[in-house]
Amino acid sequence: MTAPDVSQPDINLAKQIAANVPDPELPYLTLADLGILRTVELQNDTVVAYVSPTYSGCPALDVIEQSVLSALQQAGFKARIERSLLPPWTTDWITAEGHRKLKANGIAPPHSASGNKQTLFAERKVTCPNCDSGNTEKISEFGSTPCKSQYQCKQCREPFEYFKCH
Amino acid sequence: MNPDPLLQTVVQIADDHLILGHRLSEWCGHAPMLEEDLSMPNMALDLIGQARALYNYAAKLENKDRTEDDFAYLRSDREYTNCLLVERPNTDFAYTMLRQFYFATFMQPFWQSVSSGTDETLKGIAAKAYKETGYHVRHSGEWIIRLGDGTEESARRMNDAVAELHPYTDEMFTADAARQYCIENGAVPDMQSIQAIWNNNISQVFAQARLTIPKTPYPQTGGRQGQHTEDFGFLLAELQYMQRSYPGAKW
Repeated sequence: MTAPDVSQPDINLAKQIAANVPDPELPYLTLADLGILRTVELQNDTVVAYVSPTYSGCPALDVIEQSVLSALQQAGFKARIERSLLPPWTTDWITAEGHRKLKANGIAPPHSASGNKQTLFAERKVTCPNCDSGNTEKISEFGSTPCKSQYQCKQCREPFEYFKCH
Repeated sequence: MNPDPLLQTVVQIADDHLILGHRLSEWCGHAPMLEEDLSMPNMALDLIGQARALYNYAAKLENKDRTEDDFAYLRSDREYTNCLLVERPNTDFAYTMLRQFYFATFMQPFWQSVSSGTDETLKGIAAKAYKETGYHVRHSGEWIIRLGDGTEESARRMNDAVAELHPYTDEMFTADAARQYCIENGAVPDMQSIQAIWNNNISQVFAQARLTIPKTPYPQTGGRQGQHTEDFGFLLAELQYMQRSYPGAKW
């Protein structure tokens, strides 16, 4: 029997820390909720976290990578971040908890992205996150961040954001 | 796979995206309505993000000291190999949407094919970019129809844009020796197959928009060889201003 190696970094702790880093634009969501934290593994004495971008040009990506790095470093880990492109992130990877938190914060969660191919002028029916009415209309395909579009509920009149299927 | 032709091809694609992204970003704060002021910078962001991923890959392939920023900001005009279409000035909203539609309709089948190609890094970039390009095709395509089949004024502007821009579309489908090498290695699709899909998609939208595809006896080319239009120098002056005035400046 060998004694436990105390110098070995605690990978489970590292995983937990990385998973709990909040998204900078949707701070009530963790990276684990969003499904963009792919794996956290040990390479020699370094914790390597693989993060997937949501959109190629997402301005939050650098901030996310920095946040994971500094969270791990603050906990005393030697850490490195790698960007992971394949397979590409899709909104299907947002967890059930992520969906719940989006809705609770007034953002309509994405419908299933699988087989998401829209033709010109096709309108996707989105449910209002405030009153659950299906009577809504798209105001703008593009919104405050690359991942969201603008809708308005015709029932309760509230404008809201929809997390696009991607 | 030989890194040199791949490097040249990756830089060509990156340049297309950086330059079109820059052109679109010029609309920020000037769009005809708020929704468009959101959409154009959003599309610009996608394009610049795709360009960054490609320049990063180029830097890795080159394996010297250059970074993505060196590629984007510190080359001279003759070293940029984007096609001429993407550098054409914004002119008006119809012109901008048509330029976008032509390019996005080209990139959509291109990325789709690359995402199942032979180069692992390009596959990853393509899988992301393919989905993003879908939004660009849809957004610009809807405007082509609204404007082409809209008022007398909007139809006039759309027709002017088609007459001006169509001669620049041939260059997207040209393949130099470097690209030909990548095609033969299965990293990127052959250009005839993409052109056939492009023609078909353009025809469908043009029919709905009551526009006709013009004959272009004299296609405008040169960008892929670094021979650009006069407007390109002005674009670069603005794009590179910070890095030229304050070399090495960082955020």
